[in-house]
Formats: sequence, structure tokens, C-alpha cells
Amino acid sequence: MRFVFKRSYDDDIKLFKHRPQAFYYLALLILMLALPLLLDDFFLGEVTYVLIFAIAGMGLMLLTGHTGQVSLGHAAFLALGAYLNAIMLSKGIPFVITLPLAGILTGIIGMIIALPVLRLHGIYLAIATLAISVLADDIIVMAEPFTGGVTGLVAPPIDIFGLDIDRYGTPILFYFLVLFVTLFVLMIYRNIMRSPLGRAFVAMRDSEISAQALGVNITKTKATAFAISCAITGLAGALLGHFAGAFNNETFNIVLSIQLLLMIVIGGLGSIHGAFFGAMVVGFLPQFIAITRDFATDNFGFNSLSMPGIETGVFALILVLFILFEPMGIYGRWVKIRTYFELFPFYRKNMFKRQKSYLKTERMK
Amino acid sequence: MSLLSLENVTLSFGGLIAVNNVSFHVGEGEVFSLVGPNGAGKSTVFNLISRFYDPQKGNIKVNGESILRLRPDQVPSLGIARTFQNIELFEQSTVLQNLLIGRQRHRKSNLLSEMFFAPSVREEERRHRHVVEEVIDFLELQAYRDKYIAGLPYGIRKVVELARALATEPKLLLLDEPASGLSLEETNDMIYWIEDIKKQMNITVLMVEHDMNLVASVSDRVLALADGKELAIGTPQEVQSHPDVIKAYLGTGGEINV
Ligand SMILES: Nc1ncnc2c1ncn2[C@@H]1O[C@H](COP(=O)(O)OP(=O)(O)OP(=O)(O)O)[C@@H](O)[C@H]1O
Ligand SMILES: [Mg+2]
Repeated sequence: MRFVFKRSYDDDIKLFKHRPQAFYYLALLILMLALPLLLDDFFLGEVTYVLIFAIAGMGLMLLTGHTGQVSLGHAAFLALGAYLNAIMLSKGIPFVITLPLAGILTGIIGMIIALPVLRLHGIYLAIATLAISVLADDIIVMAEPFTGGVTGLVAPPIDIFGLDIDRYGTPILFYFLVLFVTLFVLMIYRNIMRSPLGRAFVAMRDSEISAQALGVNITKTKATAFAISCAITGLAGALLGHFAGAFNNETFNIVLSIQLLLMIVIGGLGSIHGAFFGAMVVGFLPQFIAITRDFATDNFGFNSLSMPGIETGVFALILVLFILFEPMGIYGRWVKIRTYFELFPFYRKNMFKRQKSYLKTERMK
Repeated sequence: MSLLSLENVTLSFGGLIAVNNVSFHVGEGEVFSLVGPNGAGKSTVFNLISRFYDPQKGNIKVNGESILRLRPDQVPSLGIARTFQNIELFEQSTVLQNLLIGRQRHRKSNLLSEMFFAPSVREEERRHRHVVEEVIDFLELQAYRDKYIAGLPYGIRKVVELARALATEPKLLLLDEPASGLSLEETNDMIYWIEDIKKQMNITVLMVEHDMNLVASVSDRVLALADGKELAIGTPQEVQSHPDVIKAYLGTGGEINV
């Protein structure tokens, strides 16, 4: 059982609610820093992949989880980040400039693309953003002089002040690069969410009408959310380009867009943790399926698990199970377990049952 | 000069004239109530002032200047705050976070400083929190500060919505049925609060309310509407005893309870 006594307003402004919490995250950080000592190159690569997805997940979480704007087009912004970064690198611009610039440009372009669809809500927004994903595919093929069309591009090597970073040559350095970007994005995300802008995001998600009546400029705030979300996704895309080594239009197809969205739903909408949990599921799932498949083939001798599409199938199954049994995602489950221990032995079974909610029958608009 | 004035305002939805040539002025420091049977157009008047609807005719002025060119989100910066008839709180946020959103119109920080949580942002956050805490003390919401709206009872939600409007530090407060659904005791609290809001905070109040006891206790003037048209204007007593008002209420089942 723990009580948190608050003594000043800063207790609610701080990043960590109490000292043990700060300690857990410090321990996690040390673990992440020590990971190259603990894992071999292959698994370190897997963790790197998960972190890249976590960055992309944070990008989409900010937009969908915190601002309530569904996007099924985010693979397009991953692609944009990857291509911008690779093209600028091949022009001889140093990586320390191309990476942030790829993020910023993706943010600006994303915002411009999003402006016309901002007035749409719910399913209509989802369809419009899906169209962005479809179009992106065609545009990549058509813009062959820049993108290499269906042949694709090879991400030029990274050179940071003479330090060569390569996913295969120096996996540890690449891991640290990705970890650094993850922490940077995480810091910015957390800061925004404890600032007036972050509160405006959440307000808009829960009631656009009263957000507006309190002075939130809906169009401007949505555009800002799109810009930040796309910028973060662009950063992830640039890193994903380097992780993949070579990429073409197929790398960033619609399935990836949908996967990104499912990822944050499974992780838990509306929490930054959710982006990380979701990324772990998406990142490790192919590996997990491969291991299970080998195990099944070796021990039971049947080959049915090697059918194509199994990954998507398992993914869909997990999603359905979550929507049915844990709509708050992995993070929601985690909060319940944590509360159980914090309140021990006073946990009540119906603690997280929502009380009677009140219908908004006469809701205007 | 009056703080708020409506001049011959008309708004119709399709064939239905919800607000029909309505004019009234609310003076500074006044508590002004709108009464009338269901569907009289009271909430529509609020939505017109909030700029959710454009009137087809007439003008709405604040401090003598037309507000018809403003967007809804620019209205709060005139010092106008409101509550909604069907409580529009941010369900997935705590009471504290809801009230802090009320500070939105005072936001000075920009995106860049917020991304890095610059010292100026921290300073601003402290100031916002200070104002919000004063509202929490005033409305005795201390026990609910960190509770999520989704789990709160109806009566508390009503108070939180009032608190959120007060957190904007308004000059004019629009309350749409502040006492509907409240118990007798809660309604009495509401009466005291509205009096304090008027006398101590010097906030002008425009209120829609069906509870005639509350209306009569706090209002300086009352305007009765029916079918979008003005029936009577005057002190609570004058309006309550006005023959047209009595007729309008009798026609709808006599909801007036004197
Ligand atoms: N957005 C809208 N579209 C169409 N008709 C509307 C709209 N908003 C209100 N109305 C109609 O306008 C009329 C006035 O509605 P309003 O909500 O202003 O009534 P009210 O006086 O607030 O009533 P109550 O006491 O029930 O809240 C009603 O007949 C209502 O059905
Ligand atoms: Mg009404």
C-alpha cells in the first residue's frame, strides 16, 4: 500500500509521480544501456526493430490515442521519412542534419496533406487517411527519378562525425542511435502532454464542442497534432530505412499502416506506454511465430503453420481478443495489476468498472 | 453600456423558428435569467452567443462590439464562459485536468517551449494551477481533484462544469440549467455559489433555469421565452405573474412552480 503525499504544485508537474517510480525508470534505462552486453547481435537487432516501431507508435499514439484522430495512412509518413532521409544522404548532406530534417519535413508535408481531411470525423477520417496510404504507394512508383520506383533505394551509410554506423557492421552503435532517438521523442511527447497543448489534444478527443467553448482552436490544434505525429513518424521512417537497408514502395504498404494502428490499440490507446507494449507485440510476433512453427514442425511433424498470411491472422486474432476482453490494451491490464499491488490488500474487484455513465441524448452537432 | 446585448436575433432550423426576433441586454454585475417551457429556444440563445450558430437576422454585441465575426474558440477571450445543459466534460481526464483546460485562453507558451518544457512553461503551469486551486476551494471540490470524470456522480459533474467555466476567469458566465437534476440540498449550494459569483467575484451571470425557486432567489431580471419569442421581461415576480407566461406554462403542463 502506498500513499503519495503532494506538497507543492510541482508534484503534479514533475515527470515522475514519486521516487520509486523514478527509480524503476532509471533501472529500465540502465538495462537498456547495458543491453548490448546481454544480447547477441541478432536479438539486439530485434530490440532495435521494436524501438523503431515504438517511435512510430508514439507518433500515431499522439494523434489517435491522445487527440482522437484515427489515421490509416501513417505508413505513407514512414515512407516519406525514409525516402527524404535517404535522398538527402545520397546528396552528401550529413546524417545529423538529414535525420532531424526528414522528421521536420515529414511533419510539414503531413500537416499540409492533412488540412483538407481535418474536418472529417471517425470512419470518414479513417477512409480519407487510408487513401493517403494508397496514393503514397503510387506516388513512390511514379516518382522513380527520386525514389527508384519499384526497384527502391538503398539507404546510404550513416556517418556521424566520422563514426560509421551500420545495422550489420556496427549493430551496437545503431542500437544506441535508435535508443537515443526513442528517448528524445519520448521526452518531447511527455513534455507536450503536461503542457497546455497536450491538454488541448485530450480535450478535443473527449469533447470537441466544449474544447472549442474553452478557447481551443480546433483546426489549428488538429493540424498541430498531425504535424507532430507525422514528424515523429518521419523520424521512425528514416531509421526504418536504415534498418531495412534497402526499401521500395512495397516496404510501406497499407498493411503496415493498419499494423501501426492495431499496434497502438493492442498496446492501449491514450497512453505512451501503449506505444511501447504494442511495438513489442508487433516486433516480436514474427519471431515468436517462426519459433512456434519450427517447434510444431519438429515435434508434431505438421506443416500447416507455415502457410502464408499466418502472421496477419494471429495478429488479427490478438486484436479481436483484446477488443473483447481488454479494450484498454496491454497498458490497461498492467495498470490493474499495478493497482492491485499498490492497494494490497484493499483491491476491490469492481474497481475499474465504469460507473453508470450518462447518455448525451441532446448533444449538439 | 451593457455587457451583452442581443438585437432582433432570429435563427431558424429548416422551417422551425427556434429564436424569433429576440432582443435583450445584460448589464454588468447582473444575474439575468432566461425561462420558458421546453423547446422555447433558451439553449439556442446560448449557442448563438457561443457562436456555434450564425443568426439569420440581428446582431449580438459584447461591450458594444459585434461578435458575429468571431469563431467559437475566440469567444472565451472576450471573457465569456459557459456550461452545457447536458454536461460536456472531458470524461477520460481528472477533475484537475478538466479545470486546467479552462486555462486555455490564458495560454502564452508556444509549441517549442512546451516541447522542451522551458522554465517559462513551468512558471505558467504553476500560475494556472494556483487559479484552479482557488476555484477548487471555492466549490469545495478538493476530494475530487484527482478523480476521473467517468466515475463521478451527476451532481459533482455539474459542479465540475461550473468550476471549469470559473477557471477561465470570465466576466460573463452562461449557465445552462445549473440545477437540473440536482437534489434540494445541491440546489441550495448552487444558489449560494451563484450569489457569491455575482457579489464576490463580480461576474455577470446569464442563466437558463427551470427551477423557479432558484431563479427567483438569485435573478435581478428574468426574460420569459416561448416558441422562440419574448413573452415578458422584468423582475422575477413580474415575470412569474405575467398572464402570457402563466398561459405558456399551462399550455405545456404547468411546469412553473411558484
Ligand atoms: N441543431 C438543431 N437542429 C434542429 N433543431 C434544433 C437544433 N437545436 C435546437 N433545435 C430546436 O430548436 C428548438 C429550441 O431548442 P432549445 O434547445 O433552444 O430549447 P430550450 O429552450 O433550451 O429547451 P429545454 O428547456 O428543453 O432545454 C427546439 O424545438 C429544438 O428541437
Ligand atoms: Mg435547453
